[in-house]
Amino acid sequence: MDWQQGNDRHAWRKIKSHLMSALAIASACIVILPLGMVLFHVAIKGASSVNVDFFTKVPAPPGSPGGGMANALVGSLIMLAIATGIGAPIGVLGALYNSEYGGAKFGIAIRFLADVLNGVPSIVWGILVYAIVVVPMHGFSAWAGSLSLAFMMIPLVMRTTEEVLALVPNGYREAALALGIPKWRISLQIVARTALKGIITGILLAIARVAGETAPLLFTAFGNLNWQSSLSQPTAALPLQIYNYAISPYNDWHRQAWAGALVLIGFVFLLNIAVRFLARGKRA
Amino acid sequence: MCPPDVNSIESARPTGQAPGARTVPSALSMTPQPTAKPEVAIAIDKFSLWYGKNQALHEVTLGINARSTTAIIGPSGCGKSTLLRAVNRMHEVNPGTRMEGKIELFGRDLYAPEVDPTVVRRRVGMVFQKSNPFPTMSIRDNVLVGLKLNGITDKVLLSQRLEECLKLAALWDEVKDHLKRPGTSLSGGQQQRLCIARAIAMRPEVLLMDEPCSALDPIATAKIEELIQQLSSQFTIVIVTHSMQQAARVSDFTAFMYLGKLVEADTTDKIFSNPANKQTEAYITGRFG
Repeated sequence: MDWQQGNDRHAWRKIKSHLMSALAIASACIVILPLGMVLFHVAIKGASSVNVDFFTKVPAPPGSPGGGMANALVGSLIMLAIATGIGAPIGVLGALYNSEYGGAKFGIAIRFLADVLNGVPSIVWGILVYAIVVVPMHGFSAWAGSLSLAFMMIPLVMRTTEEVLALVPNGYREAALALGIPKWRISLQIVARTALKGIITGILLAIARVAGETAPLLFTAFGNLNWQSSLSQPTAALPLQIYNYAISPYNDWHRQAWAGALVLIGFVFLLNIAVRFLARGKRA
Repeated sequence: MCPPDVNSIESARPTGQAPGARTVPSALSMTPQPTAKPEVAIAIDKFSLWYGKNQALHEVTLGINARSTTAIIGPSGCGKSTLLRAVNRMHEVNPGTRMEGKIELFGRDLYAPEVDPTVVRRRVGMVFQKSNPFPTMSIRDNVLVGLKLNGITDKVLLSQRLEECLKLAALWDEVKDHLKRPGTSLSGGQQQRLCIARAIAMRPEVLLMDEPCSALDPIATAKIEELIQQLSSQFTIVIVTHSMQQAARVSDFTAFMYLGKLVEADTTDKIFSNPANKQTEAYITGRFG
């Protein structure tokens, strides 16, 4: 046997192996690099403007210093709450139907459509809600903004919920069936309850996903530089405010936009930590 | 038995025999004898079942006596679990199943069009191979879940039933001080006894057991077997088992199945000492299966 040739081949294999490892490590670095850059940049630019005023005051007139984004923070929280109130139950119940009742073919169709919906550009939701809510109501409103966010949440919640429901062992369903418990109660009180942590995780992730959406709010909530007095008025939201401030010509507002971005990223970050915390205790 | 009765949760227990009085093992109804026949709880008549195109049961005819234990034995895939699940209509959970023939519970056709399968399952309880207490529920809630989710809220009744069933399942002394702990905190054998308590909390007339000890160690198995013997004075028990020793220890009657057919059914003594059929003899002496 030609040992020399074997060694050559072995050496070349080693080189190839090292090359591939290096390529994989480099790719992994490139994945986290943008995240690091964004966090670093936003933190540097925004940290100085995140102060008590930012959380308690409404925007100051252009040119005058101070002011904050309290109205946008509250507007965002209100719209996220309403959107979750509409989107989460529909998404969860839809997933329950699909996993516990739906036939194979119908289930596949629904799943496919939900995936398509997840890929719909978010501005399309804004335009849709503009047509079906804003135009008939003759004005922008928190309701319209919430609805467009809810439309985005439904397929997100549905798909994640379906996946955690599939993890519930069949033994529990059978045990409950064998006790003569009606099917709807099994679905809600045995299956969904067993998967509750996973369902909440999915809802939190969906909230985190839509919290930063600007496009669906442009045509629906519109934004407001002051406190909105009702849900039927144009309403400020953090991503909208960031957008409006960032394209403005004022330096003060640019600084506030950075601060808003930092707060928004912080909020999403906290949600993700909450998800981690929940997922850690999740049962298999 | 009248229709309203079959649809009520608290169905009347079949009368005629004091609890505790074991039926004298005479014979299964399929081999009638001139002596006084014991009451037949489950009458399976020419019952066939298909999974899609695959026929799993071939015209099985078998009578199961009330307040006694009947073991169904046979090699893997012989249809014994399928037959068991047909008695509480659990096989209907799988799509594409089809059946022919009849199964009667105390004279009432379980497959009659007006009979609701959930009601059948309240009267025919089931214990599974793998213990499956609900992980989100306490020991207490696991026992009472069937009652609670069927709309029973009377607190006195619930706590009475809790104690009664845990005592019947020989678990009360071990868990009475921590009923609020999760059901899954118990050991494997305790979990299986908890599942038995959960099943009998519905006060079923029949208790189906699908290899209830196959995941348990010998000590836990012995406890469950003892429990089965105690419970058979009050319930009609049908147990599917791979262990012939277990069948011999716990059952009054034994049915041997092979390739989806009922080969022989008789008293356990007869089956294990003097089986009529060659296949039965070959199986119980360990020559195949």
